[in-house]
Amino acid sequence: MSLVGHVLGRIASAVLLAVVAAFFALPMLWLASAPFDAHPSITVSLPEFTLDNFRAILDNPYALGSVGNSIIQAGGAAALVVVLAALAAYALSRVRVPGRDALLYVLLLLSSVVTGTAAMVPIFELASRLELVDTHLGVVLTVSGGLLPAAIFILKDFMDATPTSYEESARVFGASPLQILRHIVVPVVRPGLATIAVWAVANVWGGFLLQYILLRDPEKSPGSVVLYTLYTEGGQPNLSLISTFSLLYSLPVVLMYLFVSSRYGFRFHGGIKR
Amino acid sequence: MAPATSRTDAAGLGRGRAVAFALPALVLIGVFLVFPAIWTIYLGLTDYRLTGTAAADPRLVGAGNYATALGDERFRGSVWLTVQFVLGSAIIGQAGLGFALAWIMRDRRGPVRRLVEALVLLSWILPGSVVAFLWIALLDRDGGTLNALLGTPGAAWLLDHPMLSIIVFNTWRGTAFSMMLYSAALENVPPSHLETARLAGASAFQQLRDVVLPRIKGHVLTNVLLTSLWTFNDFTPFLLTAGGPEGRTEILPVYVYNVALRDGQLGFGAAVSLLILLINLVFALAYLRLLRDRGEVSG
Repeated sequence: MSLVGHVLGRIASAVLLAVVAAFFALPMLWLASAPFDAHPSITVSLPEFTLDNFRAILDNPYALGSVGNSIIQAGGAAALVVVLAALAAYALSRVRVPGRDALLYVLLLLSSVVTGTAAMVPIFELASRLELVDTHLGVVLTVSGGLLPAAIFILKDFMDATPTSYEESARVFGASPLQILRHIVVPVVRPGLATIAVWAVANVWGGFLLQYILLRDPEKSPGSVVLYTLYTEGGQPNLSLISTFSLLYSLPVVLMYLFVSSRYGFRFHGGIKR
Repeated sequence: MAPATSRTDAAGLGRGRAVAFALPALVLIGVFLVFPAIWTIYLGLTDYRLTGTAAADPRLVGAGNYATALGDERFRGSVWLTVQFVLGSAIIGQAGLGFALAWIMRDRRGPVRRLVEALVLLSWILPGSVVAFLWIALLDRDGGTLNALLGTPGAAWLLDHPMLSIIVFNTWRGTAFSMMLYSAALENVPPSHLETARLAGASAFQQLRDVVLPRIKGHVLTNVLLTSLWTFNDFTPFLLTAGGPEGRTEILPVYVYNVALRDGQLGFGAAVSLLILLINLVFALAYLRLLRDRGEVSG
């Protein structure tokens, strides 16, 4: 009886996993077929194989440059977010400041609202007064401001979960707080830092609205914005260019994820509690 | 010799250095997040517009924008659409499916688990603007992959079932976060407890309710809070449906975009933004309340 139940349970879970895998794989099929098709349509089909689409995308004046822009903006923002969030999360984790948790929650709340559509107008006005419109720095600073609260929130949990005994002994031997952070805390929370870095890069890499508003100059636009300018002369979406560029543009983040997950592990160890 | 800040201050940071560590992040957040938010509050009290005389010289209109918004059929409809979107895609979709996956795969190792995890994570990692095109290709009326598969040529999913489409889309997009979080959380449940419950004859549902849930309640709350907030303020559905057809997917972020940037009513848009912030705040407070009832809020 319980054996039958067990077997049925295994079968049910296997079927469910197969359905889930199919559900998640289905939309990605187009990305695998259309770029290599001489006459791509919306439909997934066995392609009439060609690499011409890749040649065409290389000839596009903005496509390659936009990937460079994305690298600058996503890399800059990720570096800034990881360093500043690690410092802040460590301080907030180890030193009890009154109202600390309330502050974090309020900032988290603000960040998810403000970086949506809510504060687009003030953000644009602020950027134009600081002369940050049409600069990489403007995008980096603005997106970092939005990503930091969630990054601190998640990293603080990692830091809270690490035992403090190593830090205490390092301190006995006269290490400074910065040295302790660099040589003891950072190695321990490395999976957390890696997770945050990947999350930040993926966020900026695919981000559209903020970049669209802050950058008027197509020379500075990242790939996520340029993707929406790939139209044919007839005003229709140019499917061969769009699918090809989508594939090329997706590769770096996928490779980065694979690299990070094999090297550091990509997970919430112990989880985000509380 | 140790500054008497806290017993947990293992590295001897002290309050002064702690502030110095936290300051750069707080300054950046202050300038690019808090300041625009405050500016939004001010703009919401004016009749500021993108063009015309009110652009050069906005007037204070007090609470007028708020009265207009609260009386506006379209705004109230948009709130309701957003609630459906959050319930359907963040809570049932992402959190539900994420938990189900974490639970089913909790003691699986090997290729099946790796494949499912990789696919789920991939849909989260892919750039947002690319993802929108993938779903347009999937759901397209004339040549969409889904219609080809189901043998339903001409079914216009985005026109006939727009809300369902963006709910399924957002579930696909965001389940990875919940799955990872619950996978980590379930590792905190000692297998021996589950074993004991099983030997005592508890059904799978009873094990979940009595053994697992009490241990991961904090994770569930955090997960629901984060995914709901992110979904509530997500603009990506705009790339699929642009709020249409006939405003049937005009969730609040899309509504703000249409009102403020497309129609140029910046002041009114800012007022609506503040209302969105307040709705989010109510939600977050309810969450904090639930946490406190468990007596687990520290500091």
